Parts: sequence; C-alpha cells; structure tokens
Amino acid sequence: MIAELGHYALVLALGLALVQAVIPIWGARVRDPSLMAVAMPTAVAQFVFVAIAFGALTACYVSSDFSVLNVAENSHSAMPTLYKYTSVWGNHEGSMLLWVLILTFYGALVAILGRNLPASLKATVLSVQAWIATAFFLFILLTSNPFLRLADAPMEGRDLNPILQDIGLAVHPPMLYLGYVGCSITFSFAAAALIEGRIDPAWARWVRPWTLGAWMFLTGGIAMGSYWAYYELGWGGWWFWDPVENASFMPWLASTALLHSALVMEKRDALKVWTILLAVVAFSLSLIGTFLVRSGVLTSVHTFANDPMRGVFILAILVLFIGGGLGLFAWRGAMLKQGGLFAPISREGALVLNNLFLTTGCATVFVGTLYPLLLEAATGGKISVGAPFFNNTFGPLMAPVLIAMPFGPLLAWKRGDLLGVAQRLVAAFAVSAIAVAATFAFEGAKPVLAPFAVGVAVFVMAGAVTDLVERTGLFRVPFDTALRRAAGLPRSNWGTAFAHFGIGVTLLGIVGETGWSAEKIVTLKPGEVVSIRQYDLAFEGLVPREGPNYRELTARFTVRRGNDVLAVLEPSKRSFPVREMTTTEAALLTRGFSQLYLSLGDQNADGSIAIRLYHKPLVLLIWLGALVMVMGGALSLSDRRLRVGAPKPARSAAVLQPAE
Amino acid sequence: MKTIKRLVLASLLLIAWADISFAVQPDEILPDPALEARARVLSRELRCMVCQNQSIDDSDAPLARDLRILVRERLTAGDNDRQVIDFLVARYGEFVLLKPRLAWHTAVLWAAPVVLLLIGTVVLLRLARGRTPVAAATAAGSLTPAEEARLKEVIDGSPRP
Repeated sequence: MIAELGHYALVLALGLALVQAVIPIWGARVRDPSLMAVAMPTAVAQFVFVAIAFGALTACYVSSDFSVLNVAENSHSAMPTLYKYTSVWGNHEGSMLLWVLILTFYGALVAILGRNLPASLKATVLSVQAWIATAFFLFILLTSNPFLRLADAPMEGRDLNPILQDIGLAVHPPMLYLGYVGCSITFSFAAAALIEGRIDPAWARWVRPWTLGAWMFLTGGIAMGSYWAYYELGWGGWWFWDPVENASFMPWLASTALLHSALVMEKRDALKVWTILLAVVAFSLSLIGTFLVRSGVLTSVHTFANDPMRGVFILAILVLFIGGGLGLFAWRGAMLKQGGLFAPISREGALVLNNLFLTTGCATVFVGTLYPLLLEAATGGKISVGAPFFNNTFGPLMAPVLIAMPFGPLLAWKRGDLLGVAQRLVAAFAVSAIAVAATFAFEGAKPVLAPFAVGVAVFVMAGAVTDLVERTGLFRVPFDTALRRAAGLPRSNWGTAFAHFGIGVTLLGIVGETGWSAEKIVTLKPGEVVSIRQYDLAFEGLVPREGPNYRELTARFTVRRGNDVLAVLEPSKRSFPVREMTTTEAALLTRGFSQLYLSLGDQNADGSIAIRLYHKPLVLLIWLGALVMVMGGALSLSDRRLRVGAPKPARSAAVLQPAE
Repeated sequence: MKTIKRLVLASLLLIAWADISFAVQPDEILPDPALEARARVLSRELRCMVCQNQSIDDSDAPLARDLRILVRERLTAGDNDRQVIDFLVARYGEFVLLKPRLAWHTAVLWAAPVVLLLIGTVVLLRLARGRTPVAAATAAGSLTPAEEARLKEVIDGSPRP
C-alpha cells in the first residue's frame, strides 16, 4: 500500500510538472500575471508530492518490506537502522528519487524566496525547472521505478553492498546531489535570461547565491567522497582520477569558474555572455556526472547496451538539455549586450585569467575522461587514460592559477597596479621563501619539486591573510581601528580569503602526502614489531568478532613512540555472508594533521598476517582545506548584499513609492 | 555517487575474485630496494586490465599480481624501464598504459590542453585589444562619419572658414 502511494504521488508530481512546464512560461510571453502565478503553487506541490514518494520508499526500507523489488535487492532486516535509511539512495532507482527530491526542493525554494524577482523571469525560470523535472520523472517512472512489487516476496533481502554500509553513504551522495542539482537552478536562470533576451547585474546577484550553494555542496561532497574512499578502500589513496571522480570534479571546476565570472558580471556588468555559457556548461557537466556514471558507458561502450531502454533515455535527456541549452545560447547569446570595460591588469583581468585556466583544466579533464570512449567508438582501438595523464596536464595548468591567486583580490577593479600589489605581497613572498628553505633544510630535496610546492601552498595561504591585513589596515592603523574595520568588512571579503586560504591548505596536504609518505608492506606473526618513521607497532594477535550482519577478524596493534604507548589500532576484515563479500576496515591514528594508516591483507596458515602500513604526513589537510573552502562559501553566502537583494538607494525608493 | 559507483564496481570485482588481499604483497617485494622502487614507479603507470581504472600497484586482482611479478622479473633480468613497457604493450596492447603514448591516435588527447589554452589566450587577447577603455573610446562606430570629419578638422587645426 505504502509503495503504491509513493508511486501515485510520483505520477501526480509528473502531472504538476507538465502543467508548470507550459503555463507559466506561456503566461510570461502573453504577460498574463494569473498564468505566471500558476508556477508558485505547482512548484511547492511538486516538492510535497515528491517528498511523499521519497517518504514512502524510506518507509518501505525501514520496515524491510521485501515485497518491493528495490528493497529486496538492496536491504537486509539485520542491517543497522542508519543503513536502512541510507540504502534508500544506495542504488540507482533510489538515488534518482533523491535527485528529483532535491530538484523539486530547490524549485519550491525559488518559488517561495523569489518574491522580489521580476514576475516574468520567475515564471520562466520555474518553467525551465519543470522541463528538467518532467524529464527526470519520466525517466524514473518509465525505466527506473523504485516502487515495483515482487509477486513472491522473499523472506530476506539481498543486503546493501557492504562497501556502502558506512556513514559515508549518509553524507556523500546527498551532498554531491545538492551540488549537482544546485547547478540546475543556475541553468534555469541562464535559460530564462536567454529566452527573455535580457540580463543585468540583478540577475547575477540572484544567481550567485545558488552557484555558491551548489559550489559549497560540491566541494564538501567531493571532499567527503575522497575521505571515504581513502579509509574504506584500504590502500590509502584519496584521489584516483577515476572517470566517476572526474564526473564530479568537472562541475566543480565549471562552477568555480562561474562563481568568479558572475562576480565580474555583478560588480562590473561585464562577461555576461561568458557567464551564461558557464552556467549552461556547469549544469551540462552535472547531468553528465549523474548519468554517464549511472549508464556505465564510461567503463566501456559495451556496458551501455546492457539496459538499452535506460541508456537511450539517458542519451536523449543529455542531448535535449545540453544540446538545447547550447543551442539556445548560440541563438540568443549574441543579443545580450556587453558592458563594463577594463584594462588587462585589473581585478576583472585576474578573474578572466582564472576562468581561462579553470575552463581549460575542466576541458582537459573532460577530454581525458571521454577520449578512450571516443577513440574506441571511432577506430575500435582501446587505450587507457589514467592518473599519470591528468597529473601531467591538469597539474601544470593549475600552477599559474595558484601563483596568481593572491594577486587577484588585491588588484583594483577596472585598472590595477601589478607592481603595487607585488609590493604589498612582499611579506607573503618572504614567508613562502622561508617555508621553501625550511623544507629543504629539514626534509632535503628528495622529491625535488616538493619544497617549491610547499612554497606555493604557503604563498597562497599568506596571500589570503595579506588580503585581510590590507583591508583592515592591521599593522598600519591602531589595533582597535583594524578590529572595527574587520567587523565592518563585507562577509564576501572574508569568504574570498577563507576559500583561497583553504585551497592553500589542501595543496599543502596534497604535497605532504604525495611527497613524504612512508610505506611498509610486511607479514607479521603475533608478538612481532614493525616500525615506520618514529612509530613502533607491535602485533598483539587476532580477535574474531561478531557484527549485526557480518563477522569480522580484528588484529590488535599497540602503537608506541619510544616508550610511550600512543594507541591501540584495530584494523579488521569483515565478511558479509549474504553477499559473500569481504571488506577491509583500515585503522587510522591521527597525530596532528598526519595519520598512521594500517590495513590488513591475507592471513596465513601459521597465524601470520600481511599488513600494509603507511605514515601519511599532513594528509588531513587535504580535507580540512576543503572544509575551510566551504566555510568561505558560507561566509560569502551570508553577505549582506545577497541576503538583502539588489540594493536600492533608500531615498529615491521613497520618492518613487506610489501612493497607496 | 562517484565513489558508490566505483565501490560497486570494485565490489563486483571482489565477488569475481573472492580471495581478498591487497595490492603489493610482502612476498612480491624485490630484495634490491633500487630495483623495487623502479618497479613501483612502473606499476603506477600500468593498468590492471580487469579493473576499472586502477593501476596494478593499487589493485587486488590476481591479474594485477601477475603483472607486478612480471614487471619485477623483467627488471631483475636487466631490462630498462622502456623495455619493460614495450614488452607489456606487445603482450597486452596499449590498453595497459595508464599514460597513453604520444602517437597520431593520441595527438588530440595530448594536444588538447595546450591547444585549448592557446585558443583561449588568443581569443582573450583579441577581445582585450578592442575592449580596453582607450581602444573602445576610439573604436570605429562610436562616432558618425560626419563627426569623424569634424574631429579631423579640429585636430588638424584648420577651422572651417
């Protein structure tokens, strides 16, 4: 009954989406306020019905209703309750439902919060949103229905994939989807601007918070996924340039570029056409991220044929929205007038440079990800494009961006003074030079580029601090004056500084981990000791344990430094009887920003066990940096001008107020 | 979701090879640290062909283990890095290389970053030339022909009689 209710609610949501897809935009064309106003209730009701559908599926999972095919395939009655909730989206059908839940949630938000939007823009935006929603509802109902029943309900479910039975599944996919789908709002705004043929700084001001929000969620989601892979997969890697990872990284790069170009548009009324294009591209990449991954086409062209209906549907949606978006851009983009002149050396110039490198980087990842596919389709030849390609191309492309980053915020709008900015960055240069020298002195030149990379990371961080020091006048004016200025500084300035600082932190983590990791791969008998850097790990023995839906073999290690016992590490191997699968649970010991990483391999007949032990210096900074970036985004989002909307001079507004 | 997908695939592989272990095994490691270091560097650039985008250095699959051992055998036999790679390509095709070779069929791939950056730079430079405040003020179209003529007169200092 509950499953049918969910199914029915989803069909109703489709009906509402169809109404919203046609009537408001028609109303905007004929300038009929009552038709345009239809969008508001339909958007909200759509969200309510999708929420009912999502709630219904969740109820099926929590009550372990194995008469529902989706539940039977992905759940088990003995699973911990948290995983019963998270397994709702730990599969294709459920994750699509989560996607539309977020989509309609955002649509309802625009409908409710968009009171100060021009009525026709709002109506058009919501209609475009409904086009996207319609496509997704049809996709779910026709090819990926999570509410299908089984004629003979099994007694027990087939369990969720053990690797997904982790807190990571509770956080990573929802965050990533909040980011992906957030890009759909900017897309709808861009499409509406193109349809209306009009765009102004107020548009950019409206789009910026959505882009910022999407960017924050993408940043957090990617970082979370990276940490999850790091501790769950058991070999301590945190980024693999896997097509699936690239699929989430490309929208991040595009929305990072969009964030910067929208800034130019908002402040200086320039780069309009480019900003619109980026908005279209960011969402296109999100769609590709959602779909190409799901369709399996990235693994090989051949897996695409496994489920032809789904595959063709996916392709149709991609062609419709990406082709449609770009086509609309080609047709109407030229109508948008360019404004706001600036010299090459200026804040705008720096932001353009940022966009040039970010989009080139994004395109490089795109080409690298899809090239094997295209080559195979064109010539039948099979090649691989893996981490070494991306490290050798994407890495160098980002170097100029990182070095230029501290300069950008210090440059003036319209016409900047590069020499003046360089002078203000002298302290940052000095700090970074000291960092390079210190790294050489203490760590030697063993990876020869690493000390310089440390220098760049420190320069980026010091540059972000310099920005704040310059704006508050710290060290130049009395301390309390600087403090007052700091309090009065627009939050978006703080946001910029935090986000840029976070990039530096992440970079430092990456350099530390890749440059100075230590590794030990050995077989140990109980009582034996293995040493890495200054730590000694004594293998105490193996302890079997029983979990709710798995059996595990835990190895106990006592970690000592000198004579002090620091911790007991218990890495384990879990075997899940239902799926006949084994997972490795690595044990981590955090010391400052560095970690000891220990995972188990095969057990031998004589009681010895193979272990893999790493010391990863500064590795935590990789994700902490992302956290700092997200904080920067949040600070920027709380900026007054985004909360208040387009500023209007109070006096003239009062004069223009019509008599009521 | 990226991770889910990869994890799902990884787990599918684990089903296929229920014998879980991890990448490089203690018994594979060569006694000569220099040779072992070279083997590790090479392994990171070689693909485990039954996995999704994993190097043989990271992979748990038995095939990856075979390849790791093969690489170490060749190195012990005195091959240089180039010869090891050539040997594997001859045996398994270019699919085994995570870093594609520069050849005609990969020219577009390797050239893409540079070409895109160049195109972007050229477009920007051309736009910038027409869009600096000074250039824009003098750009054609901002004055009508009659105004241009009048301006020329004023500049030339030969006022109309």
